[in-house]
Amino acid sequence: MTTHGVAWVGWGLLLALLLSVYAALFSGPFPLSAADIHNTLGRLFSGQPISTAMIVVRDLRLARIVLAVLAGACLAVSGTVFQGLLRNPLADPFTLGISSGAACGATLALTCAPAYTWIQGHLLLLTPVAALVGAFVAMILVLALSRVHGGLSRESLVLGGIVVSTFLGALISLVKAVHEESVATIVFWIMGSFQGRGWEHVGLMLPLMGLGLGCVLLFSRELDMLRLGKEQAALLGVAVTRARVGLLLGAGMLTAAAVSVSGIIGFVGLVVPHLLRVLVGADTRPLLLLSGLGGAFILLWSDVLARTILSHGAELPVGVVTALFGGPFFCLVLARTRNMT
Amino acid sequence: MTQDMLVVTELCAGYAGGPVLENISLRVQRGEFVAVLGPNGSGKTTLLRAIAGVVRPGSGSVRVLGQDIHALAARKRAALCASVPQKSSGLEGLRAKAVVLMGRYPFLSFLGNYTQDDHQAAQAAMDQTQCADLCNRQCQELSGGEMQRVLVARALAQNPQLLLLDEVAAHLDVARAVDVYELLRARHSHGLTVLTVAHDLNLAALYCNRLIFMKQGHILYDGPTADIFTASVLQEIYETPLHVVAHPQTGAPQAFLVPHTAHTADSAPGLGE
Repeated sequence: MTTHGVAWVGWGLLLALLLSVYAALFSGPFPLSAADIHNTLGRLFSGQPISTAMIVVRDLRLARIVLAVLAGACLAVSGTVFQGLLRNPLADPFTLGISSGAACGATLALTCAPAYTWIQGHLLLLTPVAALVGAFVAMILVLALSRVHGGLSRESLVLGGIVVSTFLGALISLVKAVHEESVATIVFWIMGSFQGRGWEHVGLMLPLMGLGLGCVLLFSRELDMLRLGKEQAALLGVAVTRARVGLLLGAGMLTAAAVSVSGIIGFVGLVVPHLLRVLVGADTRPLLLLSGLGGAFILLWSDVLARTILSHGAELPVGVVTALFGGPFFCLVLARTRNMT
Repeated sequence: MTQDMLVVTELCAGYAGGPVLENISLRVQRGEFVAVLGPNGSGKTTLLRAIAGVVRPGSGSVRVLGQDIHALAARKRAALCASVPQKSSGLEGLRAKAVVLMGRYPFLSFLGNYTQDDHQAAQAAMDQTQCADLCNRQCQELSGGEMQRVLVARALAQNPQLLLLDEVAAHLDVARAVDVYELLRARHSHGLTVLTVAHDLNLAALYCNRLIFMKQGHILYDGPTADIFTASVLQEIYETPLHVVAHPQTGAPQAFLVPHTAHTADSAPGLGE
């Protein structure tokens, strides 16, 4: 596709995303008229007295929409980085075990926290913070393991990821086995959901997301070159190890940012980069940008589905929605691209 | 006054399996067009990689224009010498222009945006290698010869002092192989120093003014093509009978393989044997 075509896809996605944000404001169990919503939107930053409509629109719906948009962008961008870095179209943000780390941290928080009364007041952010810590511990473990084993080669990274996530998975199972009463909460958290999340979570993930995005963008040219392989990249002047560490940390931070507030939402980070690569080609910078927009768009609508598909205000975990729709869709894309080549 | 482009001093290098290069010393002057020849496993490619700075020497040094190549940052190294690989992977989904632009990486600023200068350099390199028309084609659609021209263009876009090539003509048909060598000669006549590993003896003898013969990690012969491209040298290096005659048009020495059981026309075996 030409540069011009790529730009059109980008503007199209941005427009679709903005319209979707607007449309998503209308979905929810609390009955609000269009006039109510417009009225509230107009007064969003005016500091007017709090009304019910204001709380619903701003603190429930908009916060959740923003969170889904940010998390979707994080997952898709980090998926793009991992696929490029590992030179494997089947890599995703969770390949290196960062999600297992987050799940492990969250599991420990969910089971242990209720035992300490002094924590009760800070419970809201305890789980995401613990997930964040877990994600970072896992990421550092994988980097260290792979460095010892083979100097951050693709194989050693994947191997390190498998070792770490298997170990942490066993740890989660252990906690579930001895702590039966918290199994339901753990399982629900791991499936991924935006239920009950608010602006605090946006505040928690936003700095990390900014840092991760900055890191990824700074090394995006190197990401382009690294897929030629270590030696070719080095011959063209890339400081390979520094670029790899920078990209891994950047993508890891993006994954951790998303996972810590939402749990483990699969498929967005796998399908979106894959689909866009087929559509616009493999040039890294446009692909990163479009993946971000695409991921935000997909996760936003998945979340809308997750909270409206069941009646009486009951919710599906959004991770279930992305997997249910993403799986068959991915098969379709794979079948079609195979026919094309 | 001639100037040393490349000085290799008592270089020893190898991999985990053992040493490959032993005590290699070599000087290349600015503006030479040198081919490194030798049987498989003689260390040609390792020598090239050591000169390019991606194989660390066990001892000895490689200097390009007086600068120790292994002490330089990757970026500075790439601005001095460019390498053309035998083939390249991971280019699927990229346009040819994007690949050539990669050669500008050593000159990019902090944010990594290509400037007008970079686009001009890439365009000039593609013009020089006659691949400007491939600009917007995806790499996986290019033929072997076209891809090789794009890779040479990428190296030229690096604006190097020294161009290193690893058997670039290995997978090309004869016409495309000649194209690549013609292209290198044109760049050489514009002052570029070229060092290429070659498999095709006759192409190397036709185009290069100096040959280096390697065997088992040592340089056995090194000198002007006319002096050392002889039957006795070739037979010692390749351990197979070879016959050398002058090219009917250019006079350059050309080697002919001789079957081990050489038959002249009148002693051809009959069907009944």
